[in-house]
Amino acid sequence: MECQECHERPATLHFSKIVNGNKTEVHVCEYCAKEKGYMGYDDEAYSLHNLLSGLFKFESTGFSDQQANIPAQQELQCPKCGMNYQEFARVGKFGCAQCYQTFSDKLNPIFRRVHSGNTNHHGKIPTRIGSSIHQKKQLFEYREQLKQLISNEEFEQAAKVRDHIRQLEQDLHHDRDGEEE
Amino acid sequence: MTLQQFMNEAISPWMKEQGPDSDIVMSSRIRLARNFEQIPFPIIAESDDLEKVLTFIHNEYENKSFSTYNDLALVKMRELKPIEKRVLVEKHLISPHLAENDQEAAALISKNEQVSVMVNEEDHIRIQLYFPGFQLEKALEQAFTFDDWLEEKINYAFDENRGYLTSCPTNVGTGMRASVMMHLPALALTQKINRMIPAISQLGLVVRGIYGEGSEAIGNIFQISNQITLGKSEHDIVQDLQSVVNQLINQERKARQLLVEQSETELEDRVFRSYGILQHSRIIESKEAAKCLSDVRLGIDVGYIEDISKSILNELMILSQPGFLQHYAQKSLSPKERDILRASLIRERFKLEN
Repeated sequence: MECQECHERPATLHFSKIVNGNKTEVHVCEYCAKEKGYMGYDDEAYSLHNLLSGLFKFESTGFSDQQANIPAQQELQCPKCGMNYQEFARVGKFGCAQCYQTFSDKLNPIFRRVHSGNTNHHGKIPTRIGSSIHQKKQLFEYREQLKQLISNEEFEQAAKVRDHIRQLEQDLHHDRDGEEE
Repeated sequence: MTLQQFMNEAISPWMKEQGPDSDIVMSSRIRLARNFEQIPFPIIAESDDLEKVLTFIHNEYENKSFSTYNDLALVKMRELKPIEKRVLVEKHLISPHLAENDQEAAALISKNEQVSVMVNEEDHIRIQLYFPGFQLEKALEQAFTFDDWLEEKINYAFDENRGYLTSCPTNVGTGMRASVMMHLPALALTQKINRMIPAISQLGLVVRGIYGEGSEAIGNIFQISNQITLGKSEHDIVQDLQSVVNQLINQERKARQLLVEQSETELEDRVFRSYGILQHSRIIESKEAAKCLSDVRLGIDVGYIEDISKSILNELMILSQPGFLQHYAQKSLSPKERDILRASLIRERFKLEN
């Protein structure tokens, strides 16, 4: 069967449309199907997206079926952008940065599924706004190092690391004082 | 417009340089998703809010230069014709999603087209940085310094535990998508690639066709990128991707050698038939053109064809896309007219070689 649009290529896609009980059949090639809009432009993007929002729905229906939980569900609305959890589950996207706080209790299972079990960030920290986070992370690493060194009885090294920790702690205090002024 | 001029416009300046392993890896890309802390994400934001983002980018970054990325130009979607947007999509400077939004969406593009910052796409900011060949580490390093430069003036949405906050949960954390575009004709021809794709997927990486999600691998060009953005550092993600790409490069080289040794005449025949089609056809569909271009490029790489520049695959793959053809014709064309113009452009391009 040849494509009814271009009459050149073989028809590889066959559609049946039923409008008010009248059935019309369309036989076209893939090329013309795309060209004439028989196929959606972003079919593929939609399917991945669907799959994703399906993940959240699974989360939400588990709770919303129980009547007792409905008031709690209604409370879950982002104060900043107005996105509620049901809407978030439907579109699969956050409305603003604040949503991460608003839906915080529900996010770990979602992130685990999407990111192979991970829920916490281990990458870049913004250079300017993240400087205190940098220091805190550094402090944490030094403390871990210190524990390790003490258990290995490498006291000379441990003393050095302890000095670094003191210095950092002082710096962090200074920063905080500065903010309060 | 002469063909030469048109091609100069079509091919981004950075693509003209040859990167490492450029016989197989066509380009490396790093994309970082970022958002303004105080402004709702584009999916839900009011027009006023997005307009604020756009104005801010306009005032702070238009015509500025950073490092080798000179004369950043802000291209607003509402000021472009549909064909012009399509051309930007085909050059991979903007996403189809950005092109669909004709209100507050824009792209900040450097003169060498190596950096493109999409504004008000799914996130407020998406930095894209390209390098020719296989240079992921370098691209990451450059993307980081560019990101720092933007961050001097923007308070990013960032959380100590969740990282960079993005509209879609699939991007949260690093907000990074690292990808390489690879030409794998021998692995495709021997159908080895079909067995390798499931293994690659198990490592948290995705294999796609040239035009993104769900698209077919036309011209044996595959895009490989990371899926996971949370819980691993950018460097670890890039290293994982690199080690897989290195394996693919080795496998592709082996497969090419085996093909040449075991089926010399068949392969040579295939290459020269495709060469003939490109030089002489009067009507050619994009799929056939892509297949033939892939064959010719393979022929150049294994040494059957000597007098043709290697960049021909990259160039003609972009030039023969519908948007570019219509841009060249300066009017919209029916599919048949496109197939005719495509054939004629390709013939002309080959004439420039001799």
